Amino acid sequence: MILLKSDIRAVTNSDDITLVRQEVRKRMQEAGFSLVDVTKMVTAASELARNVVVHGGGGKVTINVIDNDGHIGIQLIFEDEGPGIPDIEKALQDGFTTGDGLGLGLGGAKRLVHEFSIHSEVGKGTRVEILRWR
Amino acid sequence: MEHIPILKVGNFLLVTIQVDMHDRLVMQLQDDICQRVIKDKAKGVLIDISSLEVVDSFIGRMLGTIATMTKTLGAETVVVGMRPAVAITIVELGLKLENVHTALNVDKGIALLQSLVNGGEVLYDSFEK
Repeated sequence: MILLKSDIRAVTNSDDITLVRQEVRKRMQEAGFSLVDVTKMVTAASELARNVVVHGGGGKVTINVIDNDGHIGIQLIFEDEGPGIPDIEKALQDGFTTGDGLGLGLGGAKRLVHEFSIHSEVGKGTRVEILRWR
Repeated sequence: MEHIPILKVGNFLLVTIQVDMHDRLVMQLQDDICQRVIKDKAKGVLIDISSLEVVDSFIGRMLGTIATMTKTLGAETVVVGMRPAVAITIVELGLKLENVHTALNVDKGIALLQSLVNGGEVLYDSFEK
């Protein structure tokens, strides 16, 4: 697996959510993803970036374009040092929310990508990794 | 303060979203539409999202809230122009937009608003024959 491109961006406020959307779109268009692929991944990125801002108290995202034997993929890693998620299974359920949102963020993002992994430790923070192949 | 323009067309308000909205702009739009429904005594609100490349759960919730709030104020809301890729995505995301009326384009949206406002009677001649 070769890392073709890697960018790190801070995710601290609502303007950053917009910037993350734009950056992911740009990277995916450059890498030749279809419009539906781009729309799904950008939507997932928007949900996860908002989680970082609202629940994680800010953090960062790493945007990687990878080549796995000619198979191009885009990978996003969202990391924050917020309070963490005590019950991940519950957090992944549709409709579960600790704020006033719709509770679609995590579960919805998971459905929009090919690979999804989450690691969270209470008091330490949360790391969510998503990947979509072209 | 940034605002999304709201145009008055007869009894209706027309809102065309042409920028990638950050969250504060979304909240501002919600407030602005309510103020204008009252000020202009509008009977309907048409929101054109044909330029929106992404509708995430936050924007989806805003559309639902606007529809509910305007209804409380006596005005119907119709969302028009959703892109096919956006429609495909929000279904997978799990967004339902259950209380939001939708139409294909502005023309059909106005026709739908007319029929909602006039109790089922379509006055605007734009439905497919």
